[in-house]
Amino acid sequence: MVGVKAIPSPAISADERSHEVDHPSSPVAHFGADQPLRLDCGIDLTPFQIAYQTYGELNAARSNAVLICHALTGDQHVANVHPVTGKPGWWETLVGPGRPIDPSQYFIICTNVIGGCMGSTGPASINPATGKVWGLDFPVITIPDMVRAQAMLIDRLGIDTLFAVIGGSMGGMQVLQWTAAYPARVFSALAIACSTRHSAQNIAFHELGRQAVMADPDWHSGGYADHGIHPHRGLAVARMAAHITYLSDAALHRKFGRRMQDRELPTFSFDADFQVESYLRYQGSSFVERFDANSYLYLTRAMDYFDIAADHGGVLAKAFVGIQTRFCVVSFTSDWLFPTSESRALVHALNASSARVSFAEIETDRGHDAFLLDVPEFFDISRAFLQSAGKARGLTTRDG
Amino acid sequence: MSVQEVLPLGGLAAERSGQFRADHLLVAGMVKPGSKVLDVGCGDGNLLQLLETRGIDGRGIELSREGVNRCVAKGLAVVQGDADTDLVNYPDDTFDYVILSQTLQATRQPKVVLENLLRIGRRAIVSFPNFGFWKMRLQLLVGGHMPRTENLPASWYDTANIHFCTIKDFVELCDAIHVKMERAEALDLYGRPLRLRMPWWVWNLFGEQGVFLLTRGGGK
Repeated sequence: MVGVKAIPSPAISADERSHEVDHPSSPVAHFGADQPLRLDCGIDLTPFQIAYQTYGELNAARSNAVLICHALTGDQHVANVHPVTGKPGWWETLVGPGRPIDPSQYFIICTNVIGGCMGSTGPASINPATGKVWGLDFPVITIPDMVRAQAMLIDRLGIDTLFAVIGGSMGGMQVLQWTAAYPARVFSALAIACSTRHSAQNIAFHELGRQAVMADPDWHSGGYADHGIHPHRGLAVARMAAHITYLSDAALHRKFGRRMQDRELPTFSFDADFQVESYLRYQGSSFVERFDANSYLYLTRAMDYFDIAADHGGVLAKAFVGIQTRFCVVSFTSDWLFPTSESRALVHALNASSARVSFAEIETDRGHDAFLLDVPEFFDISRAFLQSAGKARGLTTRDG
Repeated sequence: MSVQEVLPLGGLAAERSGQFRADHLLVAGMVKPGSKVLDVGCGDGNLLQLLETRGIDGRGIELSREGVNRCVAKGLAVVQGDADTDLVNYPDDTFDYVILSQTLQATRQPKVVLENLLRIGRRAIVSFPNFGFWKMRLQLLVGGHMPRTENLPASWYDTANIHFCTIKDFVELCDAIHVKMERAEALDLYGRPLRLRMPWWVWNLFGEQGVFLLTRGGGK
């Protein structure tokens, strides 16, 4: 018989993961019936909660707040040890002491998005109306919904204008939505590896991922929580497919080539002979330890629906008319998920609106994931952009 | 004669002006403080930095990725782009001045670029190396080869400069497309303006580069 090994089962139990959903280790802001979240689908979500982390101190003028928006599978644990996986924060390359976004200079806020599974209300949360997990009864949410919820939290924190809103990928979409929806509340915006609309190819990849989840019999039409299981195989396959899109041919070749995993010769089986297979399986199985399958469906859907121009009569530049926000747009040469052409279209629209914009394309073979990795040129640009914006904002920086 | 003597620039300490190029100081002197400027082909952003010291709201476009990233790392508002293809994306009257410094000869369509400069900016400042400069003429006449100078050291086969012109050629183009010259300067080999009012042919022979402040002419 040909040897077959399935994707390994997660080392962390579903219970450990789901505990964070309703009882996050982060601070939580509750919004009651008097403060519903108006969703784009027409439903008022109430009650709901937002889990968030903060780093640093808000200054007396309340002018140094930085909001960091996480990507599809990120969360609020941007610069601290993750409570489920025990791994370092997902953006410790950029955020932390001595880093471009330094808590000694800025009051840094990062929220788990609505629809997420790390403490903000989402499909894995308990629906107070039924006492059961929301599952597919949870309303479909959009990027503007996420941003509306964040704005409610920022209000509650007593912050009028954010010094900077920063994010990559889906986080970059939120940055752009912030500037389109609340231009006066965003002093500067750093939008990385993102787009003003999700492309057909990206929607196609998301659909592939969702179908992989739904094809897992453990998904139970979204009701897996009632069965006490989690469709980890389907979700792992979705993650494996998505992970390929975050890298590049050149990066995969450099990292793995055709090298074998712990063996010299092919085993003539469907075991993970190649290092790249083994790597992808690991990516799949470690992801399902910390992420809810339905949450993955909802968040990918939110990205698919994103199209700022469509919300402004089809003309992107109209979204930014008269905007005073200082923009920095960054793309990476080998990113084929959010290619430079998408950033360039954004920059053209910002130019047409006469906005103050910097745009840098950074040369790297590391693909879309480059924004999360150690890319010194990207850090230099982020640091300089924030320092020059800080000067304009009247923030004193350590180096002057 | 020092650069400072030639070009006293308000708001800039004399000891600082030495760090800037002479043609940049001349260009900066043509821009009214407080105005909004686009520098097309802004290189490392030195001119934009000079403009910033004078309270000018400067933006830049630069073709080379390295140049752009150095500018952005200096905190300047610069985007990666191409004068030939990207100026069309700017609406009319976006800027008070659009500057094209030592770049016109490297564009594919200098006439279209020039027209775009004066569409998106109320004024344009254009500087370019003068191919009618005597050293150029001498190299072609006596040496029989394409001229190469200190400021233009590249050989014909690897130069980015595909549309050289003389000061005379440029003046004729401005006339042809009804562009008005508000101010014209010719710089000598050391970047100093030729001080005397001299006939065009002298400038065309002794100016190493030309710097022009242009505005839209009435009617076409």
